[in-house]
Amino acid sequence: MSNTPGWLAFAVLVFPGLLFSGVVGLVIGWVDRKVSARVQYRVGPPFFQNFNDFFKLLGKETIIVQNSVRSLFILAPLIALSSTVLIATLVGLSLFPQLGITNRYGDLIVIMYLMMIFSITLILGGSATGNVYSSLGAGREIKLLLADELAFILVCLVAVIKAGYTFKLDAIIAAQQSNGMFFNSVSGAMATIVGLLCMQAKMALPPFHIPEAETEIVEGPLMEYSGPLLGFWKLTQAIFWVVMPFVLIALFLGGFKWQGIEILWSLLKYIVIVVLMILIKNTNPRIRIDTALHFFWKILAPLALLAIILAVLGA
Amino acid sequence: MGWYKRRLAKSLWVFHVSGSPCNNCDIEILDLLTPKYDVERLGIKLVGSIRHADVMLVTGVFNQKIAPRIKKIYEQAPKPIFVVAIGTCTSGTCCFKDSYNIVPDREAVIPIDMYVPGCPPKPEAMIEAVAKLIEVLNG
Repeated sequence: MSNTPGWLAFAVLVFPGLLFSGVVGLVIGWVDRKVSARVQYRVGPPFFQNFNDFFKLLGKETIIVQNSVRSLFILAPLIALSSTVLIATLVGLSLFPQLGITNRYGDLIVIMYLMMIFSITLILGGSATGNVYSSLGAGREIKLLLADELAFILVCLVAVIKAGYTFKLDAIIAAQQSNGMFFNSVSGAMATIVGLLCMQAKMALPPFHIPEAETEIVEGPLMEYSGPLLGFWKLTQAIFWVVMPFVLIALFLGGFKWQGIEILWSLLKYIVIVVLMILIKNTNPRIRIDTALHFFWKILAPLALLAIILAVLGA
Repeated sequence: MGWYKRRLAKSLWVFHVSGSPCNNCDIEILDLLTPKYDVERLGIKLVGSIRHADVMLVTGVFNQKIAPRIKKIYEQAPKPIFVVAIGTCTSGTCCFKDSYNIVPDREAVIPIDMYVPGCPPKPEAMIEAVAKLIEVLNG
């Protein structure tokens, strides 16, 4: 395999792009619901539940709200899905070098931008509907983006500094595979913990599901979406179950290795991160938006800054 | 369409409309979602917006004030949508049958697919209703 247009299309559409990340994301979405159910002493949904939900949504009627900005309302979920698939492809190309496609298309900066694009489409889609609850949710999403972005960029910088001042994901993973993962150092461990909480906020999972608060503003930006468009939003959120842990693994946990016993170790990294996120999700109530800002700016961002200083000093 | 209907039967998202009830049925509906009954194992999820719903649960008597609103909510739902009337009030107007402001012909307001009588119906009865709906969908 090489960097021909055909293989690139394969990478975006099949592996590690749309098909792979979509299927794995929907399966992990089931793990999320099942573990949550077990935590609450329930049985939980069957294995194919999220696939059924997605295919069902594809067949429903799409209602386009009369007062909405029509083009934005339709484009927002599509842009969100494609930008998320692009993150999955870029991270995947670096994490699976066995594919043989060299990742010269995007580094960490592109990934940070694409993650922001997802939040911005959520804001645009929510405010395009003209619904009060949707605009409330969009406003909260802006505030949450402001809150978590600073800490997240600082966390990314820790990995950049430790890998010898390079933004290339390949180089970051290679540095870890030769010298051991960054998580083993003090600054790396601190950055991983802060990064995990930032991921939680970026995916709008509890305790940071402030923009989508179902019991309060009924899923916020997604409230007026129905049918296939809602299905695309749900698929995007499912793909984030793949993207976010993969980014964390690439930055701090040394990427994947696919020979011998290393296969189990690679899978374990992914599963531990996912289960940690699910447990944080299930054991914390929703916090207010000012509490979230306080938490990210006054606690996590200084911690990440401290991690950067430690990383520069070599700890 | 058979394949799609089977997918639909496995993931019914429920929206709950209180059409002037006494709240008993609503409380029983919430009981459905508690760990003891756990309808999520059947793929049923309570959603907060009618745009996401596949099943609309209606409780309470249809009176002249609430009927246009129920109709409006029904029209906002993406089709296909199924309407399940919960409780004796919605099924047979109960003790309010001689009331001055009642809407006698409920099916003229919205098409109702299924009635679950009871005051309030037990969660088991509602689960049976949903199971029957799933049976119909599966063909």
